[in-house]
Amino acid sequence: MSVGHFGEFGGIFVPETLMGPLTDVADAYESARRDPEFQRELSYWLKHYAGRPTPVYYCRRMSEECGGAKIYLKREDLAHTGAHKINNAVGQALLAVRMGRERLLAETGAGQHGVATATVAALFGLGCDIYMGEEDVRRQALNVYRMKLLGANVVPVSSGSKTLKDAINEAFRVWMATAETTYYLFGTAAGPHPYPTMVRDFQSVIGREAREQMLEAEGRLPDYLVACVGGGSNAIGLFHPFLDDEVQMVGVEAAGRGLATGKHAASLTAGSQGVLHGAHTKLLQTDEGQIKPTHSVAAGLDYPGVGPEHAHLQRTGRAEYVAVTDDKAIGAFQALTRLEGILPALESSHAVAYAMELAARMPRDRVILVNLSGRGDKDVDEVRRLLGDDDR
Amino acid sequence: MSRIADTFTELKAKNEGALVVFTVAGHPSPEESTKVTTALAEGGADIIELGIPFSDPLADGPAIQNASQRALAHDITPGDVLEMVRAFRGKSEIPVVLMTCYNPICQYGVGRFAADAKAAGVDGVIVTDLPPEECGEWVSAARAEDLDTIFLLAPTSSTERTKKVVDLATGFVYCVSRMGVTGAREDLPPDLKNLVGRIRRETDKPIAVGFGISQPAHVAQVCRIADGAVVGSAVVSLIDKQRGTADLPQAVAQFVGELKAATR
Repeated sequence: MSVGHFGEFGGIFVPETLMGPLTDVADAYESARRDPEFQRELSYWLKHYAGRPTPVYYCRRMSEECGGAKIYLKREDLAHTGAHKINNAVGQALLAVRMGRERLLAETGAGQHGVATATVAALFGLGCDIYMGEEDVRRQALNVYRMKLLGANVVPVSSGSKTLKDAINEAFRVWMATAETTYYLFGTAAGPHPYPTMVRDFQSVIGREAREQMLEAEGRLPDYLVACVGGGSNAIGLFHPFLDDEVQMVGVEAAGRGLATGKHAASLTAGSQGVLHGAHTKLLQTDEGQIKPTHSVAAGLDYPGVGPEHAHLQRTGRAEYVAVTDDKAIGAFQALTRLEGILPALESSHAVAYAMELAARMPRDRVILVNLSGRGDKDVDEVRRLLGDDDR
Repeated sequence: MSRIADTFTELKAKNEGALVVFTVAGHPSPEESTKVTTALAEGGADIIELGIPFSDPLADGPAIQNASQRALAHDITPGDVLEMVRAFRGKSEIPVVLMTCYNPICQYGVGRFAADAKAAGVDGVIVTDLPPEECGEWVSAARAEDLDTIFLLAPTSSTERTKKVVDLATGFVYCVSRMGVTGAREDLPPDLKNLVGRIRRETDKPIAVGFGISQPAHVAQVCRIADGAVVGSAVVSLIDKQRGTADLPQAVAQFVGELKAATR
């Protein structure tokens, strides 16, 4: 009677108090998914509000600079609110409305999912509470103010490590008591069933579009897909429609200050199996099963778990997972900005960094498609601080 | 019959409810926690529930979260908690239930944890984030060691789920009084009697009610409609307030005594 499994990963490891609310969401999603009217409405908002389809773009100068394979970007940074998060936020907000809920509840790390949720709350006239670790509130002041402008109530979370994992804990705790009127709009393809499946489905629009666009641009599918992985929603959204194709997939995690330092967020590359936030997946944890603090320059990758479907794709070998350090990500941020005039989010910069190395090793007739999951305007202050430190 | 089931039977014969008291193992410090556990027994607790601290307890409110953090600051491990139970068994025969999230058990090794818990003198285990859907491996391991598997039911649990849960539960059924996290409250939910009644229709097993029960008056009310009351956060907060003082064990024993008196 187990549900929501990806091989041995996934599932629904939650207190009984969450089983009712989660079952309601799963049932509502199952019915919405099969409802042509729901899908038609979703397409409408994605096209006219979120700005889809986003283009794929051939990076001529960057590809020449790397001296190997052609690098393409899937431009999720051009979607409304500046990241792929809006795809999922629109989908789940429509579900919340369908379920008759009056308020949206969400966690956020870097603030991109919080902004996307606050945006759809404004769009559909719903109340909105965003839970955010105190540490992230401090680091991401601009996004906090954006959420407030959009009418959301931003609640700082002071428990635990005061970052994304604690914001998720707190959001689930609040939801337990308020699920009758509130919808929990979970931001990534992790957590308990149905979120990993539902978020993947809403994000798969990325891969479906990219597949057609690459066939049009190159007359064939790319050889490689590259995407950054924190919880893993942008990566699974790109990968999923290509699973049956002969396309290699690489998820890029945050190696932070280096895997050897322990200051990283690479749960697939350097973690072990365990249960957190409702799912059996891979985690950064102690031998006793306590969750470890994580580090990444990209707040959106700063999470000790990962979506269970990625753990499954790694186990089966269908996708490969690597990790890129803070420094290399910042290098890629600068490179893409200077060579193409595109400021990538620090999260996406991890994928760009790996793609640049990969391209250099591959012949010129090969094609790499990178998911540029978000734009980097939110990171300008952080990058200025970090580069200033380097100059001293 | 398990020691837990026996306890409920004996109390019922005396027309008493069971007082189940929860504390976090290792809180506020390992030494004080050992004294507190003894004080719970001396105060009159019928069943002791020891929480294995976890870094990310999804169902707990601030009192138990903070207590868990304090215990973890002392590097308390599941192995340490089993050692505490073993030491306590030298002094008392009161049933001991461990309460934990699943991940520490997974990392310890599910089968090994069940065997070591039994050997240490543990009577039952509540794994708070393990619903019937995911409990297969744990229940087999616990059954093999004759450990009671205690499951939670919530106000939102459907009749179908309630049937499943009471089937799986041994020792007692833990009825969560209200939606939301653990934590002391001023009042009991008004529909508690109906909630317990809905579970009672599906099972003869003992039913203990927890979440929000913080005063002797609550315990008295609960014991009129169920077989036992679980008090957690109120005791944990008291321990927190008295930590570092010589009065800690005495204060805990006295409060537990007042709670126990209300079960009669």
